[in-house]
Formats: sequence, structure tokens, C-alpha cells
Amino acid sequence: MTQKITPAHPLENRVVLAGFDEASSWTIEVFEKNGGYVAARKAVTMVPDDIINVVKEAGLRGLGGAGFPAGVKWSFIPKNPTKPVYLVVNADEGEPGTFKDRQIMEHLPHRLIDGMICAATAINAKTAYIYIRGELRLARLRVEQAVEEAYKAGYLGKNIFGSGLDLDITVHPGAGAYICGEETGLIESLEGDRGQPRLKPPFPAVSGVFGGPTIVNNVETLSHVPGILNNGAEWFLKLGAGTPRTSGTKLICVSGDVQVPGFYEIPVGMKLSTLLNDICGGPKPGRKFKACYPGGSSAPLLKADEFEVAMDFDSLAAMKTMMGSGAVIVMDDRRSIPEMAMRTARFYAHESCGQCVPCREGTRWVHSMLSRLCQGKGAVSDIDKLIDACGNMQGRTICVLADACAMPIESMLRKFRSEFEAIALPDDQVEAIVPRVSGQMAGLMESIRARQNR
Amino acid sequence: MSKIDKVKATDMGKQSDPAPYQFSPKLEEKFNWLVSRYPRRDAVLLPLLHFVQDEAGYLSAPAIDCVASKVGVSPARVREVASFYSMFRMNKKGQYVLQVCHNLSCYLAGSDELIATLETTLGIKCGETTPDGKFTIERVECLASCSTAPMMQVNVWDYHECLTPEKLKNIVSNLKEDRHTSPSFDERIASGGEA
Repeated sequence: MTQKITPAHPLENRVVLAGFDEASSWTIEVFEKNGGYVAARKAVTMVPDDIINVVKEAGLRGLGGAGFPAGVKWSFIPKNPTKPVYLVVNADEGEPGTFKDRQIMEHLPHRLIDGMICAATAINAKTAYIYIRGELRLARLRVEQAVEEAYKAGYLGKNIFGSGLDLDITVHPGAGAYICGEETGLIESLEGDRGQPRLKPPFPAVSGVFGGPTIVNNVETLSHVPGILNNGAEWFLKLGAGTPRTSGTKLICVSGDVQVPGFYEIPVGMKLSTLLNDICGGPKPGRKFKACYPGGSSAPLLKADEFEVAMDFDSLAAMKTMMGSGAVIVMDDRRSIPEMAMRTARFYAHESCGQCVPCREGTRWVHSMLSRLCQGKGAVSDIDKLIDACGNMQGRTICVLADACAMPIESMLRKFRSEFEAIALPDDQVEAIVPRVSGQMAGLMESIRARQNR
Repeated sequence: MSKIDKVKATDMGKQSDPAPYQFSPKLEEKFNWLVSRYPRRDAVLLPLLHFVQDEAGYLSAPAIDCVASKVGVSPARVREVASFYSMFRMNKKGQYVLQVCHNLSCYLAGSDELIATLETTLGIKCGETTPDGKFTIERVECLASCSTAPMMQVNVWDYHECLTPEKLKNIVSNLKEDRHTSPSFDERIASGGEA
């Protein structure tokens, strides 16, 4: 079942989603009728550095969450590599609240392939993989069909568009692990291993999948490339707020307590309040906004009085939060922040890959302390312990999963401390936590206790 | 296979008497195609395990051994990989595995109520299977249907979105008689992927 197809809101600007609401938008015929593969045809005749430069000038940023400039990333590929270069598409969309890449893949898979041909030409890759989240069956099917159509049309395989260049694309399904959205975790998973992130350096651009220089890009990022090649960097700058750091459009997924949740392609730099009130219809009847995660569940919360912020990477960073994947999860005044914190922690505790102690133990302990608070059995001193634990989880691990757990929870504890205090017990009324032990250890402890009692 | 391996295999599969396993001709064909797409043979593990699970329902110990010998890695490596990912199952589950998302957006839209409805309707708890082997209920994390929350996934690919307890009861009673409330996956794709 896919999302209901709705016409664009007047404040939206559908660039990546252009043609989204047409019948059979996912077929090669419809896509080409609307100017598809023009960019790919152009790219194969261009000097690779020229493609990289126009993408750099346009200020296209990595839209999976990190916001790293795509053109700069591409330029890290060595000029005379000794091993084959790979292009990998990160379609392992798993950040809670996010469902934008799913829409592109289900409705406009050819735009992604168009962008992949441009990117592969720029970095001189002859092999590309699309790593699609395993649960997104329809997206995977549509992308597989699109790849097949593109092979038949001669746009993929040997001598694409008669240019002498080759490009093979393979769709690789994930199998349900949030951590595989991290680029080195994804690379491990693509190689048929557990998706445990690698230490960096070496960065993937030097040594990535199968030891070759590798570029990992998000679906939305690559889907912007055809537009930039067709219309130029200047056009892309003007789509957004006009500077190289705030260019283009961004797909935003809105869920939670608003009248019209959904996904919207907005100019970068639009105010969050405009998005939530004008496009999403404001809070539900009789309710007031309380807070939101502005960029997926890893982003620190914004309180309702902070909603005037502009939706771009730098403005949100200035508010000590982030654009992330562009998933806005909204909570209104009837919601309990400690409950949201507990559920956020539970997710990260479930998804921690277990390599690094601060993450494996930190996420688990933060979750159990928050659960205890939510059950009304927690102590007031737990709040400061939690803040301390969150601080100790950040910046101490191979990847940023621990940070992604600690950042939003720390923001909740600081911005909504009174809500946590309201459900906590005075310290002297709280039972000490009995460590859970099993097997031989439990037997040993039992016998010690029996001996003491004798 | 050594004695120790055998013990481990049964342990992981938790099957008292797992049926022997062999690739079907169709799977053999898929496997050969997969191998041709990667520079290293072991990179086929994830897509291959998906194919095996789609065919066999779950990854039994013999299926894991078979995959290992085909790919040319140890069974331990296959188990190591399979156990990392939440979509792979090494135990037999109900005919219909009902997975309700309990992450943030679905929680805000009422997923707790859905889980309670399922538990009372079927008389089992999350993680359990009905005695007749028909249904298993599970809680899962975000499945990218946040604006159409709350959602339930049936058998790892069939999405049911914008659910209410009533709609859910309806789906369950239809599944009890093996009637699928939504058109089949292929039909929906043919009609444009709409609900």
C-alpha cells in the first residue's frame, strides 16, 4: 500500500517529485516523456570534473542526514585508482519518522537511476549498488523493474547511450537493521557481513566496498543531480534561500499531531511554523503544539516557541538541533515527553550493533532508567544520572548511533525537566536496582545468600 | 559435520526435526545470477537468505548449512549474519506474522491500542504464536509509514496503514479464513500501487 497521491500544496515546489502524481509515473515511457534521462545523456559526454564542479557550485548536500556537500565527497575519489570504483546508493531508510526515499523509489525510480548515471560518470564508477531497506518491498520491486527497463533501453550495461562507458546496477536488499544506514555499516552489509560500522579512516572514498574507492549517496541526493545538470547551479541556488549552504529543495516528512501529515517538497529555508501551520493545517482541533523532532528521532527537540526557525542545515544547527533526514515528528499538549523519551531510547537500544561499550550499555541503561521513570518507580536523582549518561555516550564510539540516542534524550531532559520531576519519586522511596543475573551466577549468589542467612 | 556443529545447529534452529533442505531449480538459477553480480561470492548472503526464507518460510538449520556450502563459507558465518538482521527468522512462526510498529509516530497515532486489540482478539501476547499456528504477534520498529500511522505489516511485506481497532479486527477475521482484505501484492502493483 503506498501513500495517497495528492496534488502539490501551493507552498511546495516539486522538483525531485515532479511528475509524482501522474499515472504510471514509475515507467520509463512516462519518465522520458517528462524529460527523463536528458541529464544522463548529457553527463556521459561531459568531462567528469565538470560534473563534480557544477554539483559543488550548486551546493547540493547529502540529504540522508549528514548534509555533507555531495560534490566535495565525489572529489575525494582518487584520480588514478588501482581498484574499481563503486557507487552505492543508501536506500536503507530507517530513521523513525522518515519515509521520503520510499516515495521516490515507489513513484519515480527512474529519476534515481538518471542521477546514478550522472554520479557514476563523475566518479568513473562502472558498478553501482542500490542498498534498499528489506521491508520496503514495493520500492524494491519498482526499482528492480526500472533497472530492467533501463538495461533494455541501453541506458545501463555496456556502452551506455553509445558513449563507450559501462555501468551495471544491482539492487541489494537489506534485512532489517537501522545501523546499515550508516555508510560503513552499509558497506559491511553489502559485503555479506553483519552491519557493524568500520573505523574511519580509511574513508570509503579511499577504501570502501570490496576494497575499492566508494561513494555512498542517499536516494534524495542523487535524485537532485539530473535537475542540476539540466538547469545549472544558479537555478538550484535560487530554488532555496539562495546561498550555496541553503540551496535547493528538501523533502520533509511530517507525522504525529498535525491535521495533515504527509511528505512535502519545500524550498530549503522555509520556516518550520509555515510548514506546520500553513501546509500541514496546524495542530489538531482544540490542541496546541508542544514540541517536535525537526529531523528524525535523532534530532534534539524544539519547543513550540522555537518553531520560527528556518528549515536549513545551518539554522537548525544554530538551535543545537539538526535537519537530519527531514522528518518532523510533532507532539501536541496532551503528550508526555518522558514517554516519548523512553520510546526513543528503546529504539536505539534495539538497534545498537553492540560493537562499542558506551553505545551497547549506554542505550540499554538509558532505556531502563527511562522505563523505570515512566512506570512511576524512578528517583529524582535519576534525571541527573541520565543527563550524565547521555553526555558520556556522545563522541566516544565508532559511529554516531550512541550520539543519535543521547542527543534527543538530553534535550528532552533539559527542556522538559519538570515533566520528568513530576513523575519521579524522592530518592529515599526508591528501591535499589537488583542486578539481573542468570545461570551459574544466580546459583552462586543464591548459595552465598543462604550461607549468610544460616 | 562434527558432533559439536550438530548440537549448535539444532540449538539455533530450535527445531526438533528439521526437514532436509535443497535449493529448488528456480533458486539455483537466482543464486547463479546473484553470484555474477558481485566481485566476491560471500556478498550474496543477504539477498540469498531472503530468497531461501521466502521459499522455505524460515531459515532452518539444514537451510543454513546448504547456503553455507553453496556460498563456500562456514555455517557459523551464515548464522552470524542471519542472527544480526531482524527480518531473518530461524524459528518457525505462525502462518501470518502480524507486526505492529510501536515507534514514535505510530505510538502518537495509537499503536498501543492496536497491540492490545490484537492481544485480546487472539488471546496471545506479543512474541507468541496462537496454538493453531495461524498467527504470531510482534512489535517492530519504524517501517516508514509515519504519515499513514498506525501501521501493521503482515508476513514481512504486506503493509496495512491508517489502522483503527475496528479495521484491525476485520483484517484478522478475514485472515482467519485466509481471505486477504487487501488485494494481493501483484494486483496492487498492476493497479498502480494504490490501496
